[in-house]
Amino acid sequence: MDFKFTDEQIMIRDTAEAFLVKNCPSAAIRQFMDTQLGYDPDFWKRICNEMCWQGLLIPENYGGLGLGYVELVATLEQMGRYLCCSPFYGSICLGVNALLVAGTEQQKTAFLPQILAGKTATIAYTSETGGWDSGSVQTSYKKQDNSYCLNGTYRFVPNGHSADILVLAAREEGTQGEEGISLFILPAKTSGITREWLPTIDQTRPQGQVILNNVILNGDAVMGEQGQAWAELQNILDLARIGLAAEQLGGSQQCLDSTLAYITERVQFGRPIASYQAIKHKCADMMVKVEASRSAVYHAACVADQFLNQSEDADALIEAASIAKAYGSDSFFHNAGVGIQLHGGVGITAEYDIQLYFKRAKSTEIFLGAPDYHRERLAALLLDQREVS
Amino acid sequence: MKLDFSPQDESFRQEIANWLANNLCGEFDIICGRGGPGDQHSLVEERKAWEQKLYEGGWTCIGWPTEFGGRDASIEQQVIFNEEYARAQGPGRAGHIGETLVGPTLIAFGSQSQKDRYLPGILKGETFWCQGYSEPNAGSDLANVKTKAVFDETSQQWQITGQKVWTSLARESDYCFVIARTDLKSTGHRGLGFFLVPIDQPGVTVRPIKQLTGTSEFNEVFFDNAECLDDDLVGESGDGWKVAMGLLGFERGVSTLGQQMLFQNELDEVISLAKTNGSARNPQIRQRIAEAHIGLKIMRYNSLRILSSEQGDGQLQKEAMIYKLYWSSWHRNLGKLAMDVMGPEGELLQGKSYELNSLQSMYLFSRADTIYGGTNQIQRNLIAERALGMPREPRG
Repeated sequence: MDFKFTDEQIMIRDTAEAFLVKNCPSAAIRQFMDTQLGYDPDFWKRICNEMCWQGLLIPENYGGLGLGYVELVATLEQMGRYLCCSPFYGSICLGVNALLVAGTEQQKTAFLPQILAGKTATIAYTSETGGWDSGSVQTSYKKQDNSYCLNGTYRFVPNGHSADILVLAAREEGTQGEEGISLFILPAKTSGITREWLPTIDQTRPQGQVILNNVILNGDAVMGEQGQAWAELQNILDLARIGLAAEQLGGSQQCLDSTLAYITERVQFGRPIASYQAIKHKCADMMVKVEASRSAVYHAACVADQFLNQSEDADALIEAASIAKAYGSDSFFHNAGVGIQLHGGVGITAEYDIQLYFKRAKSTEIFLGAPDYHRERLAALLLDQREVS
Repeated sequence: MKLDFSPQDESFRQEIANWLANNLCGEFDIICGRGGPGDQHSLVEERKAWEQKLYEGGWTCIGWPTEFGGRDASIEQQVIFNEEYARAQGPGRAGHIGETLVGPTLIAFGSQSQKDRYLPGILKGETFWCQGYSEPNAGSDLANVKTKAVFDETSQQWQITGQKVWTSLARESDYCFVIARTDLKSTGHRGLGFFLVPIDQPGVTVRPIKQLTGTSEFNEVFFDNAECLDDDLVGESGDGWKVAMGLLGFERGVSTLGQQMLFQNELDEVISLAKTNGSARNPQIRQRIAEAHIGLKIMRYNSLRILSSEQGDGQLQKEAMIYKLYWSSWHRNLGKLAMDVMGPEGELLQGKSYELNSLQSMYLFSRADTIYGGTNQIQRNLIAERALGMPREPRG
């Protein structure tokens, strides 16, 4: 048992941190979060060319680095910590995971090299209702001979207005629940697709709307088992949840660190406010939440690795992902909220970064299921002897 | 980073699991699952006999060096032992204070004579120990100890006078280790001595404290010129604080997974009850059960991280400082959840006497968890000051 980073993993984490500290300062975040694209395309090019993070999870036989989920979360944690605005999350946690879990050999060969070259990707699956369960897949398809005709609207799609490659979930007309769901992969420029930016409270994670109007796809676009892809989509989303929890962990840590820096400087009644017990106890609680999130995320990363190596089944992945996402969301929100409180008046100004973390805490909490959703998912496993999706 | 234990450790796990399956049965059936926290006063004679059974199997003091009769078991193996022991519903260890606190302290700080006289009794499950640290005015502020030890030139013995409190197992123990002031003019952590005091003597009186559970796990221990051999002072007469603090460092988290197995048994009981009485359909109860499950799983991952990051010098990483605050708060919440799952039935006693079922008892006694061994408030001070480097509280 060796539940800690190896020397190589520490190096990957430290390299990521050093790069982000240097290249992802608050001023740059603020400049690009105000744009529709939401990130600096040159910065994304540097991530791809200098750091090769987009290749981290891609197996070596497709030209990637062939590293694992622990290395991925080590990197994502630092991205979350420094509010890195980039299409990394959508492209890797959603796009690459979808290809690894459900892609055919032909699709992997076609799309993984594109992502390696810097093309961006995302998944669209939830409709206007904004739920995260199988019932939220409302876009439908009709099979006609060997082709598929898709119609419907997706919302809440990370980088949905800008990604180059789309993975779409749609259901066969007339089906409901987990039945009849299929996954498709296609270039975003495919005819019949219109896309729109959805402005968001958290400007560091841009979202888009994707509207399908008689989009015609052939069988090559089908990922996984046609009509039976809910289980695979679940696996992909659970892997993505673990990635998101890693970002939340980094954010949570930074809320604590930046608050500590502020309260150590801030003097009232002749003492740094960090010396007051009322303040110290809040910080201690923040640390408990950070460390517990860290344990949950690192554990989930190990389970994700075992799942991708096929030595662990989907039940273990569901449990690990829901634990990491539920706890990580609550902790990040708690720490960001307490962070604002302990910053006092400046906490509610635009100038200080703590407000950006507060906004991101909520957006990451909502995406892929808020804590209530994940707790109910676990409750179903514990109490109902049936699976609820 | 990997989660699996090594094949050697897994075969060790199998060995202890098999031994327990073959030995924790028959006459020992009645002590299965008994004698844990809140229940340490129960079935003491039977549990002492069980300690001797453990010794026969070579399963006492496994973390001690082989020269003192231990197995020199690694941290991982000690963790596994405790986990399997709890899984098999092994009874609360009557000998745990001797094994985990006194033994390592004597091995580190004791004289040859002290090792010779005390270690074999602990190893064989024949002598039992309790802890004399807290006093009425020395709780969180442990250094405020007032119990005094005066060396009597005539008898060439120490005479100890004062009061200790919150002493578990005092009525069932043969010895108490006591920190007492040897320099009567001293204050704080200076001028203290660490003594090994026999309980069965005229100068020692033990009085049980009746708790909110109606039972008495804790005691007060009064010393009135109690006698202690000069040879039973551990270290020098001013070394008490150093020895006392060293002792607190020996536990090193090896029992955490065992403790979590007990928690898992309790949570399983709550879940099973929720399914039976229908509260598993209440959405709020469902959320809280899931939250308890999440909390306990993460507690395990915390432990595995802490154990993996052991530096070998016995110093815990700063992350380890969260452990007490985390588990005690979790367990206290479980107590409340258990009552809410029981619903109105939870308020009813089983008989006319004040007899609690296991969940009722856990609900009440878990209020002690966030107090003993460093209150949650003290834990937060420690985390803030030692792990986060925030300014220290003024100390008198």
